[in-house]
Amino acid sequence: MTCLPEITPGQKKLGLVIDLDTCVGCQACATNCKEWNSSGHSGPLPDLKPYSAGAEGVWFNRVHSYEAGEGADGRTVHFPRSCLHCETPDCVTVCPTGASYKRIEDGIVLVDHDICIGCGLCAWACPYGAREMDEDEGVMKKCTLCIDRIYNETIPEAQRQPACVLTCPTNARHFGDLGDPESDVSKLVAARGGQDLMPELGYKPVNKYLPPRKRSSAAATPQEAVPTAMDIKNPLLRWMDKVLTR
Amino acid sequence: MNPAPSIVFFTTASGAGYGLLFWLGLLRPLGIVPATPAFALVCLVLALLLITAGLVSSMLHLGNPTRAWRAFSQWRSSWLSREGVAAVVTYVPAIGFGAALLADLPGLATLAGLLAAVGAAVTVWCTAMIYASLKPIRQWHHPLVAPGYLLLAGYSGMALLAGVSALGGVVGGPASFIITLGLAALVLKLAYWRMIDGGDPVATAESATSLGFIGKVRPLDPPHTESNYLLREMGFRIARKHAASLRTIVLVGGFAAPILLALLATQIGGGVALPALALGALLALAGLLVERWLMFAEATHTVTLYYSGR
Ligand code: SF4
Ligand code: SF4
Repeated sequence: MTCLPEITPGQKKLGLVIDLDTCVGCQACATNCKEWNSSGHSGPLPDLKPYSAGAEGVWFNRVHSYEAGEGADGRTVHFPRSCLHCETPDCVTVCPTGASYKRIEDGIVLVDHDICIGCGLCAWACPYGAREMDEDEGVMKKCTLCIDRIYNETIPEAQRQPACVLTCPTNARHFGDLGDPESDVSKLVAARGGQDLMPELGYKPVNKYLPPRKRSSAAATPQEAVPTAMDIKNPLLRWMDKVLTR
Repeated sequence: MNPAPSIVFFTTASGAGYGLLFWLGLLRPLGIVPATPAFALVCLVLALLLITAGLVSSMLHLGNPTRAWRAFSQWRSSWLSREGVAAVVTYVPAIGFGAALLADLPGLATLAGLLAAVGAAVTVWCTAMIYASLKPIRQWHHPLVAPGYLLLAGYSGMALLAGVSALGGVVGGPASFIITLGLAALVLKLAYWRMIDGGDPVATAESATSLGFIGKVRPLDPPHTESNYLLREMGFRIARKHAASLRTIVLVGGFAAPILLALLATQIGGGVALPALALGALLALAGLLVERWLMFAEATHTVTLYYSGR
């Protein structure tokens, strides 16, 4: 059913919180995402011309880098982009087949690859470019929030997290229930002022982005260092210095 | 947006077919077009051929055409699904119309024709709403898009109807309709182009990245060095000067020329009417193909904000 589930208060909203302050743009999340999802719920993730010029493929996570601001205040920000598991996403309602759906129990947005006709309309309806067509199978693919990890009882509990979150070397990615104000992720969002992407489109993204922290204001003016014993060339004076500072 | 030939052909051909079906069902009872069953049958077959060719072409666009039947299920939320349902339902009165004509049941033919006209209008409306409801594409999520689809379907359908009417010796009524509809379409397209040229973007690189509080946002490193589905499908951009010359082609070839030819047909009549109206219909259809191509080529999607910053 492509009608959206009714939102009830206290509804579970699983999603990611991405820290733009600590992301170093290493592409580890994108790479581990590709690796895990090539054989999981959405596998295979095709690559076109993988061994020649023009190699490309389906990825659920793409890490951009931007420059923001000018001059001394400008900075480089690395920016991972994936499905935001929006609360009111048109990618679900436009789907003619019911293949694109939002789960009532946790809000994850998924595609049923057995009924998708590959019309591509949902990719047009997503403002964030979170859906990519598998042109081999002719069906739409997208981030599943690692649905095959987070509920997977055959792997150790500590690993029941999305692949991107587990692999991030700077801990810039956090996973949890954003519908529960007491969850770690919700507290993090509240403490750091988590942002929505393109709120003006009204899709109400669940994933939040933590803004880069403000830089400390201009560094302290450099101070001349006090001379050390070795800066004193005259051996007599050096001896005196040693004795006097004892 | 990438102007996929299958979709450009689909919306133009089916639009003209539904337009023809609409006017046939509506104007035949009013006596504005030839009343003979032969005339109605020729128009009906032409309309159904165009509609069917368009629908088949749109199915070829799918990744999994054999599952197309699944698209009838989500009419509660999806305009694409509604379009599919409306298209199939419209075949029922359209074929009934033909059967009633063949069986010489004029009352039933009129009723089925009117129902087919309603179905045609509803189907074109649903097609238009597929585009008009997409918020990330500001040139489509625009109040003139759906009326434009209806008007252009009506205009091209009328151009075809006038051509076939001229074969049956009736010129005046349909030709004057072409002039009215053509002028209305021309004004609408001019207004639409003016509005999309000046319109504000729906979002900015700053809001797309949430980094606006730092300052202006510029892409530095792309996430991938080669192309991908997103860039091929939504990254298509047309140069401003090409768009301008294609707009002129649409205005002159697609609207002005058929209008003048229709005027010629009404004023001079006789042997000139048929070739003038036939040529006018061909020009209108060709012009609308260009118009539909431009409709895609000029549309921009918010995902390009992430890649090019605009
Ligand atoms: S980010 Fe795109 S694909 Fe994901 S839920 Fe939102 S609209 Fe749908
Ligand atoms: S591509 Fe598949 S999931 Fe997307 S709208 Fe079409 S049928 Fe639905």
